[in-house]
Amino acid sequence: MKHTTSLKSVMAFMLAILFTGMVSAADNGGLESLRSDSLELEAPAQAMKKTFENDGVMARDFIQQPPLIPHDIRGYDIDKDHNSCLRCHSWKNASKWGATRISVTHFYDRDGKQLADVAPGRYFCVQCHVVQADAKPLKDNGFEPVDSLK
Amino acid sequence: MSREFFLKRYWKLLTTPAKVSMGVILAFGFIAGIVFWGGFNTGMQATNQEEFCIGCHEMKDNVYEEYKSTIHYSNRSGVRAICSDCHVPKDWTHKLIRKIQASKEVWGKITGKIDTREKFLDHRRSMAEREWARMKANDSQECRNCHNFDYMDFSEQSSRAARIHGKALFGVDGKPATGETCIDCHKGIAHQLPDMTGVEGW
Ligand code: HEC
Ligand code: HEC
Ligand code: HEC
Ligand code: HEC
Ligand code: HEC
Repeated sequence: MKHTTSLKSVMAFMLAILFTGMVSAADNGGLESLRSDSLELEAPAQAMKKTFENDGVMARDFIQQPPLIPHDIRGYDIDKDHNSCLRCHSWKNASKWGATRISVTHFYDRDGKQLADVAPGRYFCVQCHVVQADAKPLKDNGFEPVDSLK
Repeated sequence: MSREFFLKRYWKLLTTPAKVSMGVILAFGFIAGIVFWGGFNTGMQATNQEEFCIGCHEMKDNVYEEYKSTIHYSNRSGVRAICSDCHVPKDWTHKLIRKIQASKEVWGKITGKIDTREKFLDHRRSMAEREWARMKANDSQECRNCHNFDYMDFSEQSSRAARIHGKALFGVDGKPATGETCIDCHKGIAHQLPDMTGVEGW
């Protein structure tokens, strides 16, 4: 019996929290959304952004930045059977395609041991390297690269 | 007695055909020909339809599902390449040969050779290799039925594509054309790839 009472009070408490939560969402204290006029309304979906397909590589902004991918990667899958990035970027194949060879750092595992092939931690390229889309940033970014990289 | 009479009459009919009966025979032959030929070609055509190709779950659940996310299923111009566009030659003799080979695939269907995803994946490399070999041998004819290098505007292509196509087709820096064909570089254009260890260029 005691058990049910405590369950009831817990549920009431949770409902109360939920209710206050709903109220405060409606009256959001003047927060503005970057994507729509009002937080309560879901902004209409924007058109899909086009991926940049650049001529040449993109500038880097800081040392140790994974370089951005300057080309479309539609359909380039990476799974246990094959890695389509390495088809062009491995040391063996890069010159044929005019692609940048993967960095030597990619042959070191996390303990700093040098391996004979790409380290497992570097296998999923798009974990670090990303394409860029033709989209205006919602917030201005004042980041400046160091002089030596300009 | 009557038997002899029958034979005689038949013999006579055959040796001295009247103009009319000759005409009738010819006409029948002609019509039968049309029916068979038409039926045959209709059969060839029916088995070229997308619905036929994905009529079995082996194709529908594996290759078709993967193909749906690729450029040949949906793209900005709305022109599609269906299974037979890439897998069945257009000219008659090669088409016939391919269809006869396909009967072996029907046998595979009956015996359940690839009736689960696991079995399918186990066989994927060997199936893919057969297609690569076929396309390599015919200079990727099926791709070229739609994509003609001569009419590709390289200036409209991405620089990566234009550069490498130029190398393959015309040769650059005094080097001759490499003579590679579409499938040498565009493996996995419509489906996921098998384990690629040991495949040339990978
Ligand atoms: C068909 C060959 C090909 C494939 C496949 C490919 N790339 Fe590239 N990639 C290139 C080429 C060529 C360049 C050089 C771009 C140029 O000079 O126009 C490049 C450039 C890059 C760069 C920039 C390097 C730098 O120095 O700034 C990165 C990063 C990159 N690719 C990552 C990837 C990743 C990740 C994948 C897989 C999702 C991939 N690439 C797949 C050909 C390829
Ligand atoms: C853990 C993050 C990470 C992963 C995963 C990763 N990279 Fe990198 N990559 C980097 C960083 C950071 C750099 C730049 C610093 C350096 O050279 O190590 C880089 C540099 C590169 C460069 C430029 C090399 C040069 O000489 O300028 C290429 C090309 C590249 N990576 C390709 C790849 C490919 C292809 C893969 C997948 C097989 C991959 N990377 C996976 C982080 C990563
Ligand atoms: C029935 C005609 C047809 C056949 C056959 C065909 N294609 Fe395509 N292909 C197209 C169309 C249509 C597009 C999309 C064009 C567009 O809108 O950009 C396309 C696009 C492509 C692309 C561009 C991919 C991208 O991401 O931009 C490549 C590469 C390609 N095809 C290669 C091939 C290869 C290789 C073959 C042979 C195995 C082949 N095609 C067979 C019609 C065909
Ligand atoms: C030497 C290798 C090579 C050969 C041979 C080759 N291609 Fe390509 N092709 C590429 C590369 C690399 C790209 C750009 C990267 C990508 O789309 O994966 C490309 C891109 C394309 C595109 C998209 C164009 C664009 O603007 O991105 C089409 C369409 C295409 N190829 C069709 C063909 C056809 C059809 C053939 C055979 C007649 C062929 N290719 C032969 C390497 C090749
Ligand atoms: C744009 C051309 C194209 C289209 C369209 C296409 N295929 Fe393929 N298919 C290929 C190529 C090329 C291969 C060789 C393996 C590879 O490179 O992926 C292949 C391989 C296969 C294989 C062998 C297993 C494998 O995945 O390698 C099967 C089965 C197959 N295709 C069935 C189909 C069916 C069913 C359809 C229609 C839903 C279809 N294909 C549409 C080009 C195409």
